This record gives sequence, structure tokens and C-alpha cells, in this order.
Amino acid sequence: MVAVRLWSVRHARGLERFYAAFERAIVALHPLAQRIGYEHLEKPVAATEKVVKGLLFDCQMCGQCVLSSTGMSCPMNCPKNIRNGPCGGVRADGHCEIKPEMRCVWVEGFTGSQRMREGKDRIQVVQWAVDRRLQGRSSLLKVMREQGAGASSS
Amino acid sequence: MKFEDEPVPGYPLPILPGHVSPGRLERVLRSGAFTVTTELDPPDSADPEEVIARARIFDGVADAINATDGSGANCHMSSLAVCALLTHIGYAPVMQISCRDRNRIAIQGDILGGAAMGVCNMLCLSGDGVQSGDHPQAKPVFDLDCMSLLRIACKLRDEHQFDSGRKVTHAPRVFFGAAANPFVPPHDWRALRTAKKVAAGAQFVQTQYCYDVPRLREYMRRLADMGLLEGPMRLFVLVGVGPLRSAKSGEWMRTHVAGVHIPDSVIARVAGAQDQAREGRQLCVDIIQEVREIKGVAGVHVMAYRQEQAVAEIIARSGVLAGRVPWFPGRDQQQQQQQVAA
Repeated sequence: MVAVRLWSVRHARGLERFYAAFERAIVALHPLAQRIGYEHLEKPVAATEKVVKGLLFDCQMCGQCVLSSTGMSCPMNCPKNIRNGPCGGVRADGHCEIKPEMRCVWVEGFTGSQRMREGKDRIQVVQWAVDRRLQGRSSLLKVMREQGAGASSS
Repeated sequence: MKFEDEPVPGYPLPILPGHVSPGRLERVLRSGAFTVTTELDPPDSADPEEVIARARIFDGVADAINATDGSGANCHMSSLAVCALLTHIGYAPVMQISCRDRNRIAIQGDILGGAAMGVCNMLCLSGDGVQSGDHPQAKPVFDLDCMSLLRIACKLRDEHQFDSGRKVTHAPRVFFGAAANPFVPPHDWRALRTAKKVAAGAQFVQTQYCYDVPRLREYMRRLADMGLLEGPMRLFVLVGVGPLRSAKSGEWMRTHVAGVHIPDSVIARVAGAQDQAREGRQLCVDIIQEVREIKGVAGVHVMAYRQEQAVAEIIARSGVLAGRVPWFPGRDQQQQQQQVAA
């Protein structure tokens, strides 16, 4: 839903703050998740993520979320899947070259990033190529597992 | 400009210290000479002679020739094949790589293959959407984007590794570049985005058509402020220019070609002329002369689609080569004969 997606970009700062706290909380749950088993959690968590992030961001479930680095505008909605946008085809009115009825997700993303604290700098970091194997999987569990493992090993 | 170590046509130049490629384009750019690149429209044909004939139009005018990769998402002979035909007789082509049609496996193979065929310059692009071309029913690939492509390309060259980490025995010695469009929104971000491309590995950029010099000046100032235009790791900016055939075609371009921005005043200037095509060429000459004065501009990239014959005249009248004759097959023999005759 485009209206909600645009709301999310307008509230990028608040969402950034919320997510930072949320991430700390879920990373703390890493030992519990390990006990239950990440594979058991995958299906229900991915399904929940799809609903919630789908509503807020039109999330495409790439499985490697970069919303904090893209001004809270999901880059997988770019018809060219550009994770380091915007391309050179943006129309004078800020709309997409391929879908003229849609605002460029990167024009939105840039505006969103300027409202954010860390997102402002993070949008300048080059994003590596997408790992297509993660399509449809939970990005949250990935963060939880990787950061949780990092926290317990350090 | 004549290099002392000019090789037999079709063979690479020695790689100088601080250079990454054995190519002529990098040599000319790093020498500080105002550089001219242009664009060859690959034929809808399997005839190699057509490619050579299209390149010959630019003899003595261009330091390098871009071979487009399905530009506008239209099907043509592949950029890799055009480049291979051209390097064979000594030209310095710029191979364009678009992410629209191939995934990372195919693209890395092409980078190795192109380098093996003597291609020294490659331009990394995201590519136009398939909707704009003659095969809108095709599957758009977009496995990579221009920046992840640049990263992967530089990893091949500098770390001798595929994206997977597997080693290559002989790394491609290639000068990698990218595109830039300072003329479309979000304007505040365009210079920053170019900086991001430099961080991803771009060493030169070719811009979209420039018909709005003040906007280019602002973009260049921002690049200069970030320190991108000086030092051994500097970025070379080649400004895209091109003649308008008429006010009507300018109007068509700005409404139908993605990313082309032409101010009303430019259209009005061409519309007001008796001979619109001539005025379009004069406008191009004027823009070239204006942009060459902007600090940090390394050269121009002349795109004259279906007006290729006009490029020589435009470059000659602009005076940017300052008497320099870019290499072309037979240039040095021609000069020797002239000396003997004299």
C-alpha cells in the first residue's frame, strides 16, 4: 500500500529509533531462539514479518533487510531492484521511469534518510549484491542469529 | 598525441605506474589532455564490416568509442562482440555492461572474456527497463545493480577473485567507469551518488546529455568539494553532449527518453533558427566550449545517435583537441607518408 509506505518514509526518524530498541531486544532473545531452534521459528516469524513489513513498507521479503540504510523506503520496490539508487531515469516530477504512476523509491528514500540520525550516513554506504537464496526468509531471524552469535562470542 | 611505446595495432600498451589498464583511454585521460569519447550504435546485423564502417566515422576525432549494450532495451549486436572486432584492429572501445540482461555469472564471464579480447575500458550500468525497448515481454534480470557490479568487477581485477571467492589466474586489467546523471531528481544527491560509485570502484564517469550547464557546474563544484577531482585516485568526468536535430526531436527526447533533461530555453533557441539541424550542432559546439572551462571536466562524451557524421565537424569546430589527432588505424602511416612527401 503506497499511502502507508509513504507514511513510513515520513516517520523514518521514529521508525529508526523504534527499530534500534527492537533490535537490541530481539538480539537479547538469541539464546532462547537457539534453544527453540531457528528452523522452527523460521516459518511463523517470516509469515509475521511479511504481514507487518508488507503493510508498513511493501516489503518484498528479500531476506536481508536494508531499510535502515535506505531511508525506510524498500529498494526491492524499485523495478530495477537497485539497492544503491536512484538510477538516472528518474522523471522531472520525481516519479519512476518504468512505472510513471509511482514515486521513485529512492527519491523517497533520500528524503527519509535525511530525517534519520544514522540513516543519513548509512545511505552513502555501498550495498553488496543481494543473496537470492534468502528470498522469502526472515530477515529478523538473520539479524538475531548473526548479532546474537557475535555478542556471545565477544 | 603519439605514445613512444605505441604497439602494433591490436596489442596492448605497456601499463604505466599508477595506471590500471594497458589502454589508450586511461593514458590520454591521465596525460591531462582534453579527451573525446563517442558512441557507436551496434548494428542489427551479423556483418563485422558494418561495425568497422561505423567506427571509421570517428577516425581522428575520438579517443575511445563506447559500444552500447542493448541501449534503450533494444536488441542489437552485443557490446562484447563489437568491442572484440574493434580491439582487433587497434581501436580503444568502451564495453558497456548492463545489469538488465545478465546475472552475475554471465557478467563476470564477459568481463574476463572482454579483457582477453583486449578491451581495456568497461562502463558499469544498471540499464534501462525492458519496457522501453522492442522486447517489453522479456524478463528483466537485474541480479546486480551498477554499484554491486562495480564492486564485483574491481574484486576480479584487484583481488583476482570471482564474487564466489574462487581465484582467477590472470586478472582483467580494466579501467572501470560508470554513468552519472546530474540533471534529474534528487538533485541534492547526484554528486553524493557519484561519490558512492567512486567508493564502489568507478574511475571515470560519462554523464547523460548536458543541456543545462549551470546544473552541471553545481554538480562539478560538489564533486570538487569532496576532493574527488584531484590526486592519483581522481575521478575523470566526461560530460555527455549531443546535437539536437530539431526542436521537435528535442521535445520528443525529453518526453520519451528516460533521464534526458532539456530546458525550455534550449528548445526555443533551436526552434527559432532557420536551419534547425545546423543550430543544433552549433548549440553542441557552444556547450562543449562552455563545459571545457569548468574545473575538473576531463573531456566530453559525444552521443550523436543517427547523426554520427556530425561528430567530426562538431569536435573540429569546438577546438577541444587543440591540434591533437587521436589514434586510428593507419594514422601513423598517414603521417609518415605526409612527412616523406614533404
